[in-house]
Amino acid sequence: MLKEKDKIFKNLYGFEDWKLEGAKKRGIWSNTKELIKMGSDKIVEEIKNSQLRGRGGAGFPAGLKWSFMPKDSGKDHYLVVNADESEPGTCKDREIMRNDPHLLLEGCLVAAFAMHAHTCYIYIRGEYYSESSNLQKAIDEAYANNLIGKNASGSGWDFDIYLHRGAGAYICGEETALLESLEGKKGQPRLKPPFPAGAGLYGCPTTVTNVETIAVSPTILRRGSKWFANLGSANNTGTKIFSISGHVNNPCNVEEEMGIPLKDLIENHAGGVIGGWENLLAVIPGGASVPLLPKSICDTVKMDFDSLKEVQSGLGTAAVIVMNKSTDIVEAIARLSHFYKHESCGQCTPCREGTGWMYRMMEKMIHGNVKHEDIDKILDVTKQIEGHTICALGDAAAWPIQGLFRHFRPEIEKRIEERNRRVA
Amino acid sequence: MHHPGTNNKVYKKINDNFEWSSENFKKISEIIKKYPSNRIQSAVIPLLDLAQRQNNGWLSKNSMEKVAETLSMPYIRVLEVATFYSMFNLEPIGKNFVQICRTTPCWLRGSDKLSKVAQEVCETNIGETSDDERFTVVEVECLGACCNAPMVQINDDYYEDLDEDSFKKILQDLKDNKSIKVGSQIGRKSSQPERKFDA
Repeated sequence: MLKEKDKIFKNLYGFEDWKLEGAKKRGIWSNTKELIKMGSDKIVEEIKNSQLRGRGGAGFPAGLKWSFMPKDSGKDHYLVVNADESEPGTCKDREIMRNDPHLLLEGCLVAAFAMHAHTCYIYIRGEYYSESSNLQKAIDEAYANNLIGKNASGSGWDFDIYLHRGAGAYICGEETALLESLEGKKGQPRLKPPFPAGAGLYGCPTTVTNVETIAVSPTILRRGSKWFANLGSANNTGTKIFSISGHVNNPCNVEEEMGIPLKDLIENHAGGVIGGWENLLAVIPGGASVPLLPKSICDTVKMDFDSLKEVQSGLGTAAVIVMNKSTDIVEAIARLSHFYKHESCGQCTPCREGTGWMYRMMEKMIHGNVKHEDIDKILDVTKQIEGHTICALGDAAAWPIQGLFRHFRPEIEKRIEERNRRVA
Repeated sequence: MHHPGTNNKVYKKINDNFEWSSENFKKISEIIKKYPSNRIQSAVIPLLDLAQRQNNGWLSKNSMEKVAETLSMPYIRVLEVATFYSMFNLEPIGKNFVQICRTTPCWLRGSDKLSKVAQEVCETNIGETSDDERFTVVEVECLGACCNAPMVQINDDYYEDLDEDSFKKILQDLKDNKSIKVGSQIGRKSSQPERKFDA
């Protein structure tokens, strides 16, 4: 179990003061000037050495991403923080923004300095109204105390942070769709290349990164990359906020070491599965987009990027959705298909048409109202969507269905036969 | 499933006139400052949000035209944005906009029971507005408070850790013009592990 002293999010639950005074007591903004004095190369180097991987879902090495920013492009550079948290099951960034906003703001300054950016936009999902008002108050406090603004924290670096509220579109969590949205357009993903580090917001070098990734970076710099890299295992280092929801006794967000066994996470932090571990049916380990895992895998699997990839799933955003044996597993996945149908931006045909078709098929499958060969047909369609769209939403819509049939195919076959008997 | 935010038709209202309130006019100049001076189109979402707040929770054709005029952009670009994002309602809504999260994490904790309660108490169907125009009830996709499921958003605020009884009480209190408690209904501060569940 993660020791109290190794926790980065000391006010995750909001028991303490979230405002500047409370944040300062927790050590935030204490020596920001010295962190910046390390110089941008050293900061990027430290983040690289910590082996921090992006917390937004894809798990891309953060230090490497930061190093893609050009050194002398002659254009304005932008840091854009992705706070459009909408992946079903995920509610970690919300707690950071409403309970410890200064942790995020300090991270913005340090990261933006490392990327030679004078401007940062925080794109928060529109539904998070009270979270955005806390964050705005924190930004105002930081300006009033010269922590950001001209000569931010006495570092000699001018730095502005602006909060931008979205308006309800899951797709805007995709980095290029987010940039389109920030430019005042429909949130439809852009073709890559060019990548945002070359031509992002307003055609300028931009890095888009998740709230949690930014929020942990000042602590890494303070305590050293070695400390962070010693937590977890190689290539899967550090701590991570896990959101545990669904059929557990105590649903919660909790910060834990990477690589904690899934069973320990659920039993020690979330009060166990409702009805006991033996009553577990399946777990979606990383937010709606990753394939589910049946109990047999949940017994032993570790919660990190590589271990979950090995079992054909993924860590994603580390949103653990627990389902016990009372769940209609087909309907659970059909509801996710409805989600993707609703959130497809409509740009690429395979996704726009495919998500709707898959949802309608999944709805029928709940009642076994399909033919046996339809199972192979829907799997074939998921393969035709996967990898054939501009962004990963098509993949994300395909994977939960593939996961369902990988582990629960007999369940659907049983429903088809039952229905055939009823009709005949 | 009907939702005023996913409707793509512009609602025609006769003799409708939309002018920014003086308070919002001041706010606009603050908002526009956030973006580079040649990129004020970036402010279209914040401005549509302001317009919607001023116009009782929905966007009329005139209000969108006003946003286009303010940001010197073509009306069609504004309409494109307004139809794309689900938080922009293109038809009138009731005084209380009740959005019930229906996605899997909330559904596992009983969100479909909440939909039934809402239809009973508000006396309307999902996607519709009650006859007294006090409630519009819709089902929406994940609102990002999954550790406090099931949850509902009413206007700007989240109501979390609900069950049928607590949700019924909230709606009834709204009906009776009583004040209601925002956030967790079982006294949780946020998403710390201390809830007991019996379903």
